[in-house]
Amino acid sequence: MAAAASMMPNFGQQISSKNDLVPDWTRQEVSTGTTIMAVEYDGGVVIGADSRTTTGAYIANRVTDKLTPIHDRIFCCRSGSAADTQAIADVVAYQLGFHSIELDEPPLVETAANLFRASCYRYREELMAGILVAGWDRRKGGQVYCVPIGGMLVRQPVSVGGSGSTYIYGFMDSNYKPGLSKDQCLELTAAALSLAMERDGSSGGVVRLASISEEGVERRVILGNQLPKFSTH
Amino acid sequence: MMQSLEPQAGGFNFNNCSRNSVLESGLSELGFKPPTARKTGTTIAGVVYKDGVILGADTRATDDMVVADKNCMKIHYIAPKIYCCGAGVAADAEITTQIMASNVELHMLNTGRPPLVAMVTRQLKQMLFRYQGHVGSSLIVGGVDVTGPHLYSVYPHGSYDKLPFLTMGSGAAAAVSVFEDRFKPKMELEEAKQLVRDAIAAGIFCDLGSGSNVDLCVITEGGVDFLRGYDKPTEKGQRGGQYRYKPGTTPVLTKTVTPLTLDVVDESVQTMEST
Repeated sequence: MAAAASMMPNFGQQISSKNDLVPDWTRQEVSTGTTIMAVEYDGGVVIGADSRTTTGAYIANRVTDKLTPIHDRIFCCRSGSAADTQAIADVVAYQLGFHSIELDEPPLVETAANLFRASCYRYREELMAGILVAGWDRRKGGQVYCVPIGGMLVRQPVSVGGSGSTYIYGFMDSNYKPGLSKDQCLELTAAALSLAMERDGSSGGVVRLASISEEGVERRVILGNQLPKFSTH
Repeated sequence: MMQSLEPQAGGFNFNNCSRNSVLESGLSELGFKPPTARKTGTTIAGVVYKDGVILGADTRATDDMVVADKNCMKIHYIAPKIYCCGAGVAADAEITTQIMASNVELHMLNTGRPPLVAMVTRQLKQMLFRYQGHVGSSLIVGGVDVTGPHLYSVYPHGSYDKLPFLTMGSGAAAAVSVFEDRFKPKMELEEAKQLVRDAIAAGIFCDLGSGSNVDLCVITEGGVDFLRGYDKPTEKGQRGGQYRYKPGTTPVLTKTVTPLTLDVVDESVQTMEST
């Protein structure tokens, strides 16, 4: 291989690696190419995610949990690089836990979102992380904050993220109305995620849902064969 | 820096097909043969069963085209009941696990408690994240602690997964197919050992990068059973018969002797330096 590389012109491919015969995906970074969604309702939020983690074309984990607790009533939905988002979530969970103990009261969702934004913006060149922060607090009830790649922060009543989100913007815009109930939000999220998982190769597996309110956090999993079906074949 | 904003390219990549055809035609013109497959890589696997965790690994270490070690140990000690399989860059995996073992010992002395597998995983992933993927070690950490048996995989960039069965290395795809077919929660010991052995064997036979023997490490509440060389599926078999026939097996019917007369044409002596 070394002889060949010097004879032929460089095609811009990576002929450089001596370990060329180790499959490509063993050298790729682990990514949560994904679909995540968060919806506010009166009294809380509903969050959902698919469960696929990929290294290149290989699925490293088909039952990933991308809904990560940051505090008792605050979760984040992770998309982008698995390592980056796990590291940031750990850092923010620590910072928020410390802050909450200092204040001696449950932290605000806006605080958590700002902590994410601070890390994501400061290290924007090094990180690849798109995060939805969602939760419930006493001051403003259910809130969804979107912290995409680059470190913007904006509150939205409903937000989607990840590689599969592009396929469901239309579905979301046409089917979301303000004033939905919790169960309607759960149905909407499950349907949107199923549609995205159907079309996006980097999303798949099971649908993980969680609803966060004053009462607490309810988690559920919808397996592949139980997903809502849409007829397009 | 545009790198972080590039969209993730997933799916199959056929870019190398055109490159390969150009290379092959170009090489044959110049009189070279296209390069043959070279073996590098590893198969490591782990499974949580009824009483604990079983880790498995193949035993081949390669240095480009040559097998450097036919029987190396890829299952490393971290704590009395926590072991770690390493894939990726061999040196990185070895050193990383040694650093972890040392940190765990210090932690045990500081806290006065036996270590948790989650603690080892957290230290590993924080260290690997700090090095941003330049420490190329993919690890499967498995063990039993006060909270029960646990199995984690840690990737070079610092991400981790917690699952009941895991495979890593170049033979991971071959090994995980065995797990996906036959894994059940809370298996018995012998069944689980056979399953891990079969998964590693799949890597040994179906992946060009793995070979030699299967090592297993069974970790339970009661202790560790390190089964070095548990199975040697690539051992050379015994030859069944012989191709050597006894003199006299074929009867001689006729015998003709033709002496060849050779004349000495030229005689030259070349002295060799011998000290």
